[in-house]
Amino acid sequence: MLRLSFKDVSRFFPPVRGRTGSEGVLAVEDVSIDIEDGEVVALIGPSGCGKSTLLNLASGLDRPSRGEIFVDGEPVSGPNEHVAFMLQKDLLLPWRTIRKNVEFGQEIRRMDAAQREERAQKFLHRYHLDGFANHYPHELSGGMRQRAALARTMMMDPDVLLLDEPFSALDAQTKMVLQQDLAQTVAEEKKTAFLITHDLVEALALSDRVLVMSRRPGRIIEEIPVDIPGRDEPMKRRQHEKIGPMTARLMSLLDIGKVEQTV
Amino acid sequence: MADGAPLAATPDRAPERAPAESVRQSLATAVQRREIWLSALALVAFLAGWEWGPPLLGIAPYNIPRLSAVFEEGIHMWVNGELLRHTLITCFEVIVGFGLGCLMGAVMGYALGMSRLMEVVASPYILALQIAPKVAFAPLFVMWFGYNITPRILTAILIVFFPVLINVLTSVRSVDPSMIDLARLFKATRAQIFWKIEFPWSLPALFSGLRIGATLAVIGVTVAELVGGNVGLGAELAKAEGGANTAGVFVTIILLTVIGILAYVLVILAERAVLRYAPQRPAGEIAG
Repeated sequence: MLRLSFKDVSRFFPPVRGRTGSEGVLAVEDVSIDIEDGEVVALIGPSGCGKSTLLNLASGLDRPSRGEIFVDGEPVSGPNEHVAFMLQKDLLLPWRTIRKNVEFGQEIRRMDAAQREERAQKFLHRYHLDGFANHYPHELSGGMRQRAALARTMMMDPDVLLLDEPFSALDAQTKMVLQQDLAQTVAEEKKTAFLITHDLVEALALSDRVLVMSRRPGRIIEEIPVDIPGRDEPMKRRQHEKIGPMTARLMSLLDIGKVEQTV
Repeated sequence: MADGAPLAATPDRAPERAPAESVRQSLATAVQRREIWLSALALVAFLAGWEWGPPLLGIAPYNIPRLSAVFEEGIHMWVNGELLRHTLITCFEVIVGFGLGCLMGAVMGYALGMSRLMEVVASPYILALQIAPKVAFAPLFVMWFGYNITPRILTAILIVFFPVLINVLTSVRSVDPSMIDLARLFKATRAQIFWKIEFPWSLPALFSGLRIGATLAVIGVTVAELVGGNVGLGAELAKAEGGANTAGVFVTIILLTVIGILAYVLVILAERAVLRYAPQRPAGEIAG
């Protein structure tokens, strides 16, 4: 069963009126992606190639200029409860305690308070935040904050997880621990996930397939199946012998290391 | 995660800061103690200077009366001239004017912050009124409403209104758009976005508007009282001035200042109670 599907999706951002030299941007062009139930697909590509645009479209925050996006077979016309979105920024609300932040989505959806609290307790426990329920975000480290954001996302029980560089702001060690947490949750609950990342090893360690996007206008130029066992154990998986050669392949696809590469 | 072991080994936890913190705290208290002593010394020097300075420098009592003369005059006014009643009337005007001005400024700020159209239509008038010296309206209000407390409250409202409005407006406009997106992803209604994101986001700015408003309210009330009427500290000040009673003028200035300080401190206390989530501000902030 297809969970998430992009059908010939293009997104053109029209020029900003009144700003000289603004001519509009074709961010992504004719992108088609099919993601099966329970699959984890990673998307990599140069900066500014429209990766985040794809996630915004899938979440329903933005609408495509052409083509259509389907979640569980239904066309996406706006934010919906099937998908949850997690960003690089933890976006914890500073005036809410960690518990209240984790409850935020269900509070918006008007879940009964007692039920909400019980559920939040469960997720706080799962993501090792028990002692910090009543702390405010500024009292926590970056990793813990991102873990709270993960708890808030999982609290919504989405079918599809959209992850936009969720760990890129974290230090290397914290990142690995959180990748492990995420991979295990995704595997245990058989979630479908679409992950955008700059980190090639992260893409290989966490996913079933890696899609490579071209420079703007973004198109899918390559699809690489990750045939390495242990998708629920990224810590082990990243040490697998195939990771090195596959990373090298991704680097060459992205032109990383070429002299004319501009950052 | 199956076990918590790898977690414990990572630096991914709240930093333990007990020892360093206690050292820093004892240093802080030592510094603070010295600051308190010096402040107390400065106060004593100031009061002594006021008491014995003028006669030493040959300044006439009708220009600067000695501290003790001011004190005696205060007691005299309290006993014979209903000083308490005038003070309470001024306090009442400040509270009502400040309260209404803040309420109206905040409501207007949120309304303009949420509607482009309203802001476009209203902004020229707001700008003009913001530049106009608000206290200049006091005589007009007295002409309209007579020698009673209404012109005082109106002047206070007018002067408090703008800083609150501007602060609220700017902060509503500066809400992190990704926080709004977050709420939209959960399918929040417009009202939910306001009450759960925009309103709490704007509270620190609202409170800094209130702080400015608290001191301005006293100015507005004082000017309107000076213009007309025979109750309130401003009227007492005008009366003392008319009678060449310099000590009486000082008495009313001191009381007006005390009212302003009280209003400011009350706002700060309210702010501390409401914005508990924010990192603690350093001591001394109260003066800023």
